[in-house]
Amino acid sequence: MSDHTDRGTDHGDVNDSGDSADRPRADGGAPSASFGVYEGEFGPGEMPPEYETEEVTEEHRSPLERVVRTLRRDKLAFAGAVVIVMFVLVAVFAPYVAPHDPEATFGFMQSPMAESTGDFDGDGSIETVTHYLGTDSFGHDILTRIVYGARVSLLVALATVALAFSIGTTLGIVAGFYGGWIDSVIMRYVDFQWAFPEIILGVGIIAIMGGLGVVNVVLAIGIAFIDDFARIIRGEVLSIREEEYVTAARAVGMGDVRIMFKEMLPNAVAPLIVQATLMIPLAILAEAGLSFLGLGVKPTTPTWGLLISDGRQFISQAPWISVMPGLAIMLIVLAFNTVGDGLRDAFDISQSEVE
Amino acid sequence: MWRYIVKRIGHAIFVMWLVATTVFFGLRAIPGGPVRSMLGQEATPEAVASLRAELGLDQPLPVQYGDFLTDLLALDLGRSITSNEQVVTILVDAAPRTFAIAGVGVALGLAVAIPAGVIGATRRNEPADYAATLAAFLGISMPAFFVGILLAILFGVYLNVLPIVGYTPMSAGVVPWLQSIILPATAVGLPYAAGVTRMMRSSLIETLDEGYMRTAVAKGVGSRVRLYKHAMQNALIPVVTIAGIQLAIVLGGTVTVEIVFSIQGLGRVLVNSILERNYPVTQVTILLISGIFVSMNLIVDLAYTALDPRIRYGGESA
Repeated sequence: MSDHTDRGTDHGDVNDSGDSADRPRADGGAPSASFGVYEGEFGPGEMPPEYETEEVTEEHRSPLERVVRTLRRDKLAFAGAVVIVMFVLVAVFAPYVAPHDPEATFGFMQSPMAESTGDFDGDGSIETVTHYLGTDSFGHDILTRIVYGARVSLLVALATVALAFSIGTTLGIVAGFYGGWIDSVIMRYVDFQWAFPEIILGVGIIAIMGGLGVVNVVLAIGIAFIDDFARIIRGEVLSIREEEYVTAARAVGMGDVRIMFKEMLPNAVAPLIVQATLMIPLAILAEAGLSFLGLGVKPTTPTWGLLISDGRQFISQAPWISVMPGLAIMLIVLAFNTVGDGLRDAFDISQSEVE
Repeated sequence: MWRYIVKRIGHAIFVMWLVATTVFFGLRAIPGGPVRSMLGQEATPEAVASLRAELGLDQPLPVQYGDFLTDLLALDLGRSITSNEQVVTILVDAAPRTFAIAGVGVALGLAVAIPAGVIGATRRNEPADYAATLAAFLGISMPAFFVGILLAILFGVYLNVLPIVGYTPMSAGVVPWLQSIILPATAVGLPYAAGVTRMMRSSLIETLDEGYMRTAVAKGVGSRVRLYKHAMQNALIPVVTIAGIQLAIVLGGTVTVEIVFSIQGLGRVLVNSILERNYPVTQVTILLISGIFVSMNLIVDLAYTALDPRIRYGGESA
């Protein structure tokens, strides 16, 4: 694998995404053969090396193959993926990973690495526990709260993006497929929504729904993200609407819905995958923002945003209360961004198309 | 060009009308209506009835809607339910603080982002480029309120050189004013700068690879003229787009950063009004923030026409 990456970076200047590791012939196989091609400086029957990439980029790869390839080649994206997997595992197995119960309380605002002594597991004997990241103003163990916070954060982010993805994609496909007044109405709406800061939209939706809780947060952020997906898929659909396989599908009498979702969607999925990967960190930030404002989940739920907000009042006595969950947010968002960037390069999508 | 400008302004007004209508019907669609959610479930029917009458909610919906729109145009925005203050007074008080934070934030952000992007693009794969890219990557991964808290801890608690609570109006002197908003402005400006830096870098790199740049070299155009006259002008167009879109981040960031630094700006007013169910304040504040945003978008769009001749002469925009 190291061999691949080295080649990749060597050629990085010439062509950002296409590197020699892509080319079957450059890959271990038969080095002598590739020398033979360049032998006479592009004499008859020989091909200058820069034209060779063309045929390789035409080669079909499924989205999953591309994702795997990206992760294998792009070290940064790989590191990001590892961090994401770690966070997901921690979130799923929170009760086993967390050192304490999320509601268990110890001394208030203990600094990181402080120790508490007492009978915490109720077995009658006295033990000493270490608070690796300290405790918050209620005496909760911060590491424990962060571990449980990962659950809320990731769950909300995934649900949000799933919601926005399904509604946005449906709207976008319908708009692009039918065109005409349907397209105008949908895109008017999308433009309208696009003109708003997501967090303001989220706050507004929370205000209208008038209540706190995970479902409201998911709805608020999810609705706020619909436009991003709708825009992208519409553009893709417009570009493939006149393709022959679509005409063929019509000719054999396929229904509109089937053409849209079985024929066109799979062919337009690449930018959506990239967009979804880049929207998850935005959703995490938005959830943290709403929680921080006190407009997110219920105030007793362990979340990163609430922990930061709690620590805000005590930054002179106990800065770690805010800093630790902030670092957790930063780490997971950074991880998603590196993977998203890697995928964007892999699918060869320009920065202006998504984000 | 004039047709385009008129069309854009018309669109902005239409959007504002749509927002006002959405807010109006949205707040009235809450189960039990706004009064019920304001007074809570235990309120007596008399209290509900009197508040409904006071707010004009006993009128038929179309009448209310008409009144709402005419009141908006007349800037008769009603009173806060909790403090009985005029909503206009509250907003006139709060808005300059938000503008100060957002404005200084954007200025700081651009002042950092444009040079950083140019350095990244012109010194590609050198240490300066790596540093700028890394910083930008960290920047887009941090929420503004977290940047604000880190700044407050560093400059307010450890170095103890800047205030971390409250706002000093400009009338108390420019230096105290600047001191009170420099941290919040930096907190919203840095995440903004990160996005703009990334776009500036990639856009300039793309432009520098264009054929006409090679032609300029062949013609013997000096490197400075090449960079600042030939390349920058074209590279800036997508940057303006991103800089415009990302103003949303600044405004969103300002809302949270105001809470961090306990500044009674629009964000704090909005959030408190929602928590207190002070709906006359909520609806007008949402409208005002939307209005600010729509006008900023308008300005950005009009800035294009100055930058991109294709829009100026083409009439239709993409």
